[in-house]
Amino acid sequence: MLKRLKKTVKKRLKAAVDGQHSVQHAVEQFLYHQADLLDRKEWERWIGLFADDGIYWMPPEPSYTTWDGTPAIFAEDKNLMRVRMGRVLHPDAWSQRPLWGTNHVVSNVILEKSQPNGDLVVRSRFHMLELRRDDVRHFAGAYLHHLKKTQEGYRIKLQRVDMTNAQAAYDYVLQVWV
Amino acid sequence: MLREPIDLAKCVEPDRVRREVYTDPQIFELEMQRIHEQVWIYCGHESQVPKAGDYYTLQIGRQPMLMVRGADGKISVLYNRCPHRGNMMVGDRHGNAGEFFRCSYHAWTFHHDGKLRQIPMYESGYTGTRFTRDNPDCSMKKAARVEVYRGFVFASLAKDGPTLKEFLGPALVAFDDMCDRSPEGEVEVVPNCFRVIQHSNWKIFLENQLDALHPSVTHQSTGRAAHNVEKELEKKAKKGETALKYHMLSAFATVTIDKWDNFQTINYPHGHCVLTGYMGLRPQDPDTLAYDKIMIKAYGQKRFEEIVGVNIHHVIVYPGLSVQSPLQQLRAIRPLGVDRTLTEIWHFRLKGAPEAIYRRSLAYYNLVNSPATLVNADDLENFWKCHQGLSSDGGDWVTFGRHFGHDIDKDGHVESAPNCGTSEAPMRNQMKAWAEYMRA
Repeated sequence: MLKRLKKTVKKRLKAAVDGQHSVQHAVEQFLYHQADLLDRKEWERWIGLFADDGIYWMPPEPSYTTWDGTPAIFAEDKNLMRVRMGRVLHPDAWSQRPLWGTNHVVSNVILEKSQPNGDLVVRSRFHMLELRRDDVRHFAGAYLHHLKKTQEGYRIKLQRVDMTNAQAAYDYVLQVWV
Repeated sequence: MLREPIDLAKCVEPDRVRREVYTDPQIFELEMQRIHEQVWIYCGHESQVPKAGDYYTLQIGRQPMLMVRGADGKISVLYNRCPHRGNMMVGDRHGNAGEFFRCSYHAWTFHHDGKLRQIPMYESGYTGTRFTRDNPDCSMKKAARVEVYRGFVFASLAKDGPTLKEFLGPALVAFDDMCDRSPEGEVEVVPNCFRVIQHSNWKIFLENQLDALHPSVTHQSTGRAAHNVEKELEKKAKKGETALKYHMLSAFATVTIDKWDNFQTINYPHGHCVLTGYMGLRPQDPDTLAYDKIMIKAYGQKRFEEIVGVNIHHVIVYPGLSVQSPLQQLRAIRPLGVDRTLTEIWHFRLKGAPEAIYRRSLAYYNLVNSPATLVNADDLENFWKCHQGLSSDGGDWVTFGRHFGHDIDKDGHVESAPNCGTSEAPMRNQMKAWAEYMRA
């Protein structure tokens, strides 16, 4: 009797841990995929990862608690994201003419909260190298993703980007999302 | 190749300027000395330093300075330097000094107005030396002159010269227009400063600000993209719904190039200029109407009409400030070198105005002026290309000939001719002032 109980508990624990691992795995894959789309300049697909009411937000500094009604480096819904995409794809976006590219590395993925319906809050760290003409810039910081589980996979309700160098003076500007 | 030093008297003609004016490091040093370290330079707004001991650092010409609030409420502008061994007094961009400044090197302390407070072991160390407590060289040096106009703090490092009001002249309208639009007649800073470095000479930025021809060329990609999204939203909107618009972006595409001539520039002494234009439009949405009501209550109908009737797009306060008063925003210029310029970008809240009015101009601050700007990226690209091009031997002159000869001289100020809003009069006016300063 006792032996059987022990076995059941062990089995359930393993299942829970496995479940946790598979969520961790799935969410990591999602974050890597998102970063990869940025680096490959697949803007349309990148925007597609956001929920219809999704927001991409980069506050000027970590103490901010809302994007609504505050100064923001980025505070974009999908409409504004499409304006930004349209701009960089326009043949006369002069600042887009020179060679430029980015390389993101995403790591330190921590599952902060998981809801019974599969929605998640995930923290991670990123490092981005940008090449523009002959100049290299580095940007690094923390992502906070509020993810909604849908049949098509995760969709972003809110992506908060706390960039460590957000408060420093910008040598030139940022043109697309980090 | 070494060059002969350029003759300053010959670099500025009424309709063109020698390229070295933008690229020569020696000319840069001279203009810091003769312009930026002489004239009234914007330091910041009083509301940046609300409490005693609050300070904000800034650069005037090549001088690291700080603006600080004293216990008596008075604002001082000091050189950020300890008189002992020259250590900078504060290393943070802003903060609170506490009851006094204390040097991190040898603990000399100073009152908020820069006056010496204490030197450690003063009697044993300094008796019989020239470093007496009342020697002004033992205090932090102050800016020669400080004046505040409606909360905006300016300093001049020169003892003599026009007062702030004389210097600003009609450019005072930048601050009046901003403050008058508040029912309380005052603005306060939104505590965030966007700082962006341009890889170009400081004058290139100021010349671009009132250049009404460039928007539809430089910013057409943004205008087009915003307009396309507007059209999509219109299609999706349900009957009776008003679709969202991005006027401040889509105007670059919807206002055709010839229409920008409807602007007018008014050019004043000392290089200041005003661009009048479309911001004078009076929308009739519920938020604006609610704001109008509060304003009429505060000022009466007649004064209210005067205030909202001020039709300004942009004011340049030469050589350091670009103000968009109807949007409560300003950009302060801090030249870092001949080819590097820092812009400090601030937004202000109209005291007593409804939240919706603040949010409307905040949208402009975020979309146009943030470091992820949807607009200025292409300006900065142009500025860099300008600066690089001017470093070449491909030509000696920068030309400002557009509508030259048609400017209208009106007792002390110069207007661009009717329907000549794209005139290069503001650049001619700025360079005229530049030449006068540099001749000194």
